Order: sequence, then C-alpha cells, then structure tokens
Amino acid sequence: MSAASSLLEVEDMRVSFATEDGLVRAVDGVSFSVAPGEVLAIVGESGCGKSVTAMTLMGLTRGPNARIAGRATLGATELLSASEGALQRIRGGAIAMVFQDPMSSLNPVYRIGRQIVEQIRVHDPTVSKKQAMAQAVELLERVGIPHAERRLQSYPHEFSGGMRQRAMIAMALSCSPRLLIADEPTTALDVTIQAQILEELRTLREQTGSGVILITHDLAVVADIADRVIVMYAGRVVEQGTLDELFYDPLHPYTWGLLGSITRVDRDTSEILPAIPGMPPSLLNPPAGCHFRPRCPHAFAKCGEVPELSARAPDAPGHLDRCWIEPEQKRKLRVVGDQIGLASPEPVIA
Amino acid sequence: MSGNTTAASGNGVPLIEVEHLRVLFPIKQGLLIDRTIGHVHAVDDVSFALREGETLGIVGESGCGKTTLVRALVRLVHATAGVIRFRGADITKSSHRQLLPIRREMQMVFQDPQASLNPRKRVSQILGTPLRLRGVPRSETEAQARDLLTRVGMQGEHLNRFPHEFSGGQRQRIGIARALAVDPKLILLDEPVSALDVSIQAQVINLLDELQGEFQLSYMFVAHDLSVVRHVSDRIIVMYLGKLVEISPAKELYQKPIHPYSSGLLAAIPIPDPQENRKRDRPLVGGEPPNPINPPSGCRFHPRCPRATDICREVEPPLTEYAGGHLAACHHPQHVSAAEIAASRRSEASPLGAGDEAPEAGETA
Repeated sequence: MSAASSLLEVEDMRVSFATEDGLVRAVDGVSFSVAPGEVLAIVGESGCGKSVTAMTLMGLTRGPNARIAGRATLGATELLSASEGALQRIRGGAIAMVFQDPMSSLNPVYRIGRQIVEQIRVHDPTVSKKQAMAQAVELLERVGIPHAERRLQSYPHEFSGGMRQRAMIAMALSCSPRLLIADEPTTALDVTIQAQILEELRTLREQTGSGVILITHDLAVVADIADRVIVMYAGRVVEQGTLDELFYDPLHPYTWGLLGSITRVDRDTSEILPAIPGMPPSLLNPPAGCHFRPRCPHAFAKCGEVPELSARAPDAPGHLDRCWIEPEQKRKLRVVGDQIGLASPEPVIA
Repeated sequence: MSGNTTAASGNGVPLIEVEHLRVLFPIKQGLLIDRTIGHVHAVDDVSFALREGETLGIVGESGCGKTTLVRALVRLVHATAGVIRFRGADITKSSHRQLLPIRREMQMVFQDPQASLNPRKRVSQILGTPLRLRGVPRSETEAQARDLLTRVGMQGEHLNRFPHEFSGGQRQRIGIARALAVDPKLILLDEPVSALDVSIQAQVINLLDELQGEFQLSYMFVAHDLSVVRHVSDRIIVMYLGKLVEISPAKELYQKPIHPYSSGLLAAIPIPDPQENRKRDRPLVGGEPPNPINPPSGCRFHPRCPRATDICREVEPPLTEYAGGHLAACHHPQHVSAAEIAASRRSEASPLGAGDEAPEAGETA
C-alpha cells in the first residue's frame, strides 16, 4: 500500500489512560493505512484496543486522563492533533462511524427523520429542510428500509434492531464519508440480519468507493467481507496481511490460536477445540516483551524482548507479524490449518 | 459432545418429554382495570423429548421462543397449556415443594455470568448454598466447593473472592460450578458462551464436554450461534416464532436442512474460510421475523419463504417424520426425494392445529 494511494495513514498511534491503579496502555504503537474502497478489518478479543483505536481516530477518547501520541492523516488533516472544531466538521462528514449498539446511539426522543435531517444540515447548511428530507428518504431506501417516507416519522423504539442499525448506516452515509468506521456493526444482530447488513456494506463500498474500517471479534465476518486484516493483542498489532495471507498462512501464534478455537458451521471440528490457555493480560501491567508470551506454547528466551512488527517472510512483503520465530520454522510448527480444515495454504490469485 | 456413552437408566423413559407446550404472555392495557388485549405467542405448541446423556441444541433468531422454552422446562415461567414430564412424571402443575427435588436434577446456566452471580457474595457462599441444600454438612462444604472450583479449571484460593474480581470466562465457570453443586442430571445452558471471547468460548465448550462425560450429564444448549451448536449437539431443534420447525440429528441438519428457514439460517452464517465463502451460493432470508403478538396464518415462515404457496398461507404444516429421526414442518420440504416423502409419516408431535396434508415433493436442490 503506497502512501500516495491511501486514504488514511496511521503512524505509531499510542493511547494511554491514567487511572487510579496506574497507566493503562490501551493502544501501544499502532500503524496502518486504508485505501479507498478497501475494507480493513481489525480483529481481537475484548480489551485488545481495537475500539480505542477507532474512537481515537474520531477524537472520542480525548479527555484529561488520556494521552494520545502518533499521527493519523486523512487527506490533509492530522486527526490526532486537530482542533475540536475541525474534528466536528470531519465527524459525520469525511469520517462516519457506526456503533455496535444502535439503540444507544440513536436519540430516543427524536424521530428518525429529524435525526438524519439534522446531520445533513449541520454539515451543509445550504440544504433546505425539504431537500434534506428527500435525501433522508433516499438514504433509508438505499439501506433497504421499506416504506422509507413513512418510516422517517418513526421513533427509534419503533424500529427493530436490524432496522436501527440500517438507520445508523443511512445516517453515516448521509454526507458521503470517505471513511466509514464500523465498530462491531452486526454483533447485536441475528445472523439473518447480519448477513443482510454485511451485504449492504458491500454494495455501499462498491457504489461509493469509501474506505471501511471494520472492527469485529468474529473471524467469520472478516472472512466474508474484509480485504485486509489486522490482528491486535493487548494493545499491539501482532499480525497484518491480506485476507488470504491471514487465513491460509497465519504467522503469529496468537492468530493460530484464534483461528483454531472457532467452530465452523460447514464442517466438523475436532472433538476438543484447540483453545488458547489462559486469558489476555491486564493492560495495567502487561507482561514484558511479547505480550502473548505467557499464553504462547512456542515462547522461548528471546520473547522477553518486544519483537518488531515487520515483514519476515521473504515471499510476502506486505505480510507483517510480531514474533521472533523464523517464518519457515513457524510454517512447520503451525497446525491450525489442519485443525479447522482450512484449505491448503496455497496463495490465491484474487 | 456426540458419541458419549449413555448413562445408567436403560428403561427407555426420556429424561424430559414436552407435549404441545404453549407459553403465552398476556398483554395488558387499561388504567384501573387491566384488560388483556392480546398475547405474545412465545412458545406455541412445541413437542419433543430429551434422552438421557444427550445434548439437544436449540437455535433460532431472537424472539423465537428458545429461552422461554427452556425457562418453562424448569418452571421459571408457567406453561399456558401442554404437558412437561420429567422422568415420566408430569411436573407441569407441581407445587414449589414438589419441584424442589426435581430442580436439584435440573440446573440452569445463564447467558450473562455477571448478572447471574450475586455481587455481594463470595464464591464460597455462591457454591456453598447449593451444596448445603443438597445436604452436605457444613464442615465439608468448603472442601467440596474447592473441589468444584478445581473441577471447572479454577483454583481453590478463588473461594474467597467476589464475582467482580473475575473475568467473564471465569464467572461463567463459577456459574457452571454452581449448577454442578447439586449433582444434577440435566443442565439447561442458555447462551452460555455468547458473551465470551472466542478463545475463552473454546475453553468453556471444552469444559462442558469434559463434565458431560464425567458426570453423565444431559444438556439443553440454547444458542444463536449455529456453528457452536453444531459442535456440541447430538440433535438440534430449530425454532421460528414460537414453533418448532425442524428437529434433526446435528450433522444431518447441516448437510440436508429440510425446512427452508433452516437452510436460510445456515446460509446466513459466514464461514471463517475466505475461499469457501466466495464459492458459497447463499440464498439470504429477507425481511425480519414478524410480530409474535399477531403471527402469520398457516406456516409462520411463509411471508419470508422463497417456496411459499397458497397452502402455506392457509394451512399450518404438520411435523413430518422422515428417516433417521429427522422431523420438519414444511409443505414444500427441501433435500428430500419423492420416495423419502412417501416413506415419511405425520408425527404425533405435530401441532394440534396443523393440517393433515402430506408434504409435496418439489425439486430436491
């Protein structure tokens, strides 16, 4: 991904929060880029820093106890140091966000239509109320809400979970954002509705060419929609690569564990799931060196030092990982592919 | 957890039998006098049996009645109609006192381990109370509670801690230990892993599997995640809007789902394998489940069903029993040949209001 073609560049972003118990390093040096029209998935378990990464980009983690460092550039704007006023124009404009819980992210006392119209007019005061209303109808139709005109008069509680999430997406799209950040957009929804929403996201990406950052813990959703994937663990990126690299040639033992511990709907998994022992460390006092070391079956002396995130396999320059073991050695150690029955790790020409 | 040996009791009586169970919740309105203006049809005429040592999965979208069904079995909600039998004895109308010995054999593990453990009690109290109810003398409760904790993969010194000191996975382990404390035969698991991270999910699923072998447990496993249900279950019930639409041996459901809703549900789940995912042809179920206050006539799935015809709008399909203990309630079944339909028969578990029409042979694709 060359810098010229990318939409968003994040370099060495660090976010920490001062708490009564000490400093929590929620995001510890994260770098990535998003190209237009690309879906970048950030996966990891709860507390790995994926949501904090997204919220920091939107300027939502600023506070007296937060320390934010690094750079994140969207076009000509540096997001991490932008003024609150500049951020307000960007939020909902150039970058839009869809949250996990659509009930708590819509205002319960205003009609859906009013909330969409407000968003449109804040970002472009020249649009009349009537025009904005017409746009709102169009938006709701685009995200697949039937009887859009009538539905604009509904309150959020009259919508089902899936419809609320569609309304959120409609709102996010109202100013044609260049970047859409979706934080667990389907986690609260039923699988049938999840499939519909993912389909919606796919179409929108194709139609508008916006970049999408999809934050999720569900690797199946990632396999369904992402182009590139970042795996985070305890505040750090441990692996980054294309969708196929990550699934068919995973290089970090944590990624193996993640892939190994999921069940599949289309075939049998082994009787005993290969679970990762232990649990993620506390970010207050993370283990020295590689954060995954205490849970890693392959840890050795060198893991006491923090490995760099870098391309280690000579045949895949875009495939980064943060592990001391040599790629060839890892490919021998790795058994995850057999465990969950993934196809052989032959590269696919997309 | 398939393939485990069935425990003792060879007498053939299922552990739980449910016949035409119906749970309706009244909707009240009015200022001084509450008038009932309608009912939510949470569970509507469901019949099945759970054999000893079996894991029965229940899947469906939210609001399909799967949680209500499980709660009705332990009598946490009252059945409006129908019969629930435990080891052949009718417990539908048993008094609280009569239920006590039965509740000892049937335990529940809830979805949210945070909300289901008393935040003011230490683990020793959380586990000690059910142990004492079972009749364990006070002097031995601590030792036994310690045993239980180690059995679910935790350490004895955790006894003195409060629930908030644990992670979600550990809390769920405590919930499981509490259920085990009274030495139950059946554990009803209501979304036991859906609040947990994947790596922790796998740990808890493995734990449940081990415990089943060790204590000869039967499970009812409610979940919306069909891939987890596939992994743990021997048989699976698919529910839609209060109705049982399909019940099938676990593997067969995924290979040849008979009800169009089951196949829609399966197709909706992404596979964690990009190549397989691209290859898959996924007929999506459109729309959303209708309102359970005023469910559609005939087959409840007909407004969303790609195969629906006139008969589906008018006549409720009976449960048809196909070979191998695979039952489905559909007028236009999928993946079955004309011969299989000819060999099928109307199941006694069919809803009371269902029609007599045999299913129609269609394309088998």
